[in-house]
Amino acid sequence: MGKLTFSMGGVHPHDSKYARECAIEELPLPQTVYVSMAQHLGAPAKPLVAVGDSVKVGQVIAEPGGFISAFVHSPVSGTVKSIAPRKDLAGNPVMHVEIAVEGDEWDPAIDRSKDLVTAIPDDRAAILDRIKACGVVGLGGATFPTHVKLNPAPGKVAECLILNGAECEPFLTSDYRIMIERPKEIVVGAAIMQKVLGGCKCVIGIEENKPEAIASMSAAVRELGYPGIEVQTLKKRYPQGGEKQLIDAVMHRQVKSGGLPIDVGAVVQNVGTSLAVYEAVQKNKPLITNVLTITGDKIPGNLQHNYLFRIGMPLSWIVEQAGGVPETAAKLISGGPMMGKAISNLDATTVKGSSSVLYLSEEATRRQPETGCIRCGKCADACPMGLEPFLLNRLYKAADLEGLERNAAQDCIECGCCLYSCPAHIPLLDNIRQAKGQVMGVIRARAAAAKAAAEAAKAAAEPKK
Amino acid sequence: MDKKYIVSPSPHIHADISTTKIMRDVIIALCPAILVSVLAYGWAELLVLLVSVASCVLLEWAVTKWMMKRPSTVGDLSAVVTGLLLAMNLPSAIPLWIVFIGAVVAICVAKLPFGGIGQNVFNPAITGRVFLLVSFPAQMTNWTPTRGFIQITDAVSGATPLSVLKESLKSGSTIPEFMEAHGYTTATLLQDIGASAGEISAIALLLGFVYLLVRRVVKPWIPLAVLGTMALVAAIFHGINPDVYTGVEFNLLTGGALLGALFMATDYVTSPMSTWGGVIYGAGIGLIAMMIRYFGSYPEGMSFAILLMNCTVPLLNMWFHQKKYGRA
Repeated sequence: MGKLTFSMGGVHPHDSKYARECAIEELPLPQTVYVSMAQHLGAPAKPLVAVGDSVKVGQVIAEPGGFISAFVHSPVSGTVKSIAPRKDLAGNPVMHVEIAVEGDEWDPAIDRSKDLVTAIPDDRAAILDRIKACGVVGLGGATFPTHVKLNPAPGKVAECLILNGAECEPFLTSDYRIMIERPKEIVVGAAIMQKVLGGCKCVIGIEENKPEAIASMSAAVRELGYPGIEVQTLKKRYPQGGEKQLIDAVMHRQVKSGGLPIDVGAVVQNVGTSLAVYEAVQKNKPLITNVLTITGDKIPGNLQHNYLFRIGMPLSWIVEQAGGVPETAAKLISGGPMMGKAISNLDATTVKGSSSVLYLSEEATRRQPETGCIRCGKCADACPMGLEPFLLNRLYKAADLEGLERNAAQDCIECGCCLYSCPAHIPLLDNIRQAKGQVMGVIRARAAAAKAAAEAAKAAAEPKK
Repeated sequence: MDKKYIVSPSPHIHADISTTKIMRDVIIALCPAILVSVLAYGWAELLVLLVSVASCVLLEWAVTKWMMKRPSTVGDLSAVVTGLLLAMNLPSAIPLWIVFIGAVVAICVAKLPFGGIGQNVFNPAITGRVFLLVSFPAQMTNWTPTRGFIQITDAVSGATPLSVLKESLKSGSTIPEFMEAHGYTTATLLQDIGASAGEISAIALLLGFVYLLVRRVVKPWIPLAVLGTMALVAAIFHGINPDVYTGVEFNLLTGGALLGALFMATDYVTSPMSTWGGVIYGAGIGLIAMMIRYFGSYPEGMSFAILLMNCTVPLLNMWFHQKKYGRA
């Protein structure tokens, strides 16, 4: 197979992977960590510890707060100082468990050796339990609980597990580094997920601008010899790593609007998630560490790093270890430059899904003043969902919710391609994001009303007792 | 954090693109054709270009500043493009005050009253040209060649091939006789379309268009639809009666066919946004232009065809959408 890519839209920002040669370094421990209770998609976790409790590394400190939720573990050993709301990186209050670090004593059940464990457990349910118990969530951005995604609804069959090594966001290199440094663990993790999904095939998709990662992952796949795993080169094109786009690229299938990947037989997991699955299942190690990239434009090489961090380390502390915020930085971002979130609060803590601290200069990030739409259609050409952002923008301003729904505003994946490519610098995505929220509200309200009506009809049809 | 940092929604980076840069690319793409026309028609042509561009820019600046009381949009260079296209659609011998009137119609009638760049329904340069064509028919069809800096070919004659053709058909001669009498061959037409100043070299126009394609400023579908339809219509009619109807090459290389198809029909603002909308729009232009050429009283129909199809753009935008992901 040649290089694959998705079938519509997309843009080609400069890849800016300046930190690609920086090997992963382990960060020293701070004096205090703050562990967020909302570091996964779904309901926040409920704390199981009390102030004054002493905890070990890897000990459970919070349990899932719902079906879609996850366990949270202590990333350090020490004493619980407080359980209180604290501001996240956008400034919103979120419940955190504050732990004063004392030594580095690990839960003895965790296998901390570097030995590769290739034998995969037989019991599918036991594997799923282990993944759930270790608090593994998707590390590609959405932090969806992995055990839920790996356990499709009855009747749905996974045909292909797609391992996402695209890392299509510019600047980010954490996935690249783990594919270079820990390829075998990732492949074992993939084999474990294949097993859980009932033995489907697995395609590891990597963009062509990472030939070293393609080589190291291919070598690991060959050496380990698990059946049905292959590495697939993808074209360099953003948002190649978007779930819907990756399924389109690899399987040539499109997920219906409102549908799930499993409807077309696909399960997509990030390479980082695969590593976390390996550590959970083979090493009994909960998701308490991850890799993040410190990088930016126009900053010296010695400020670029890929760090193995403990979840709960404050951003400010990591930034300090990395040499401080460079003078040229005008904007700090958690995540990539296309979909990441601006950091308004460096005291915020890292979470399971933290992937970077990105420094952008004024020149790189300052928005230009908006001018009139010249109807060039570049936004529609760029939209990987085939939407027409210029139209959605106009409908949003006209508050035409029906028009917005008819033109699929709810399908927007917020990748940012429209705003990125607009020559008139119109804040398309800002407006479409709002529009999408409103349309989703309408759709949810309608579904709730329909459900209530159906129940009322059912109740009326039943004979009165 | 002591220092204040920017906090705004994603995306945090932007492509190196702006309206000004797009317009600059269009200007660059027009340069080969402008160069050829100045060389062929000399100082007179240069003056027409200068007056047209200066008028368009000054009018846009004055109207936005004093009447609309808005930030000036002169910096986006769209007025320069309008000025250049208007000038390229005029004969070089035209009185300069008429050029100014054309600019007034383009900027102050077709463009700004609708809300300025991006809002106009009709292509400003073509509106200006058509206004002049119906208001000053004598001056607009005075193709007396002005003295150029170089002599391109001998075929630069007093009237455009299309209007000479109308005359000779009226006087009863057939197409082959006409072609032979005037020495038109595909080769001479390619280098030298005796027509409006800016239309005289097909090669220069095509060169500019290739630049726009390479820079991804425009897509080829609209020009292909325009020229393809013209070729098809010409092939059918020429096949039926070659004595009365001109052939494919002649139609593609004369009049405003190339300038219109490559640079006027592809105007972002006044053309459909979807590919299929664009194809239908282009086909409509080609068909109407050929019908005017064959059956109308004007020798040349490109401008009218484009203006007529401009009216259909809102409908085409409503009817044709691009294919969406995961939806039938």
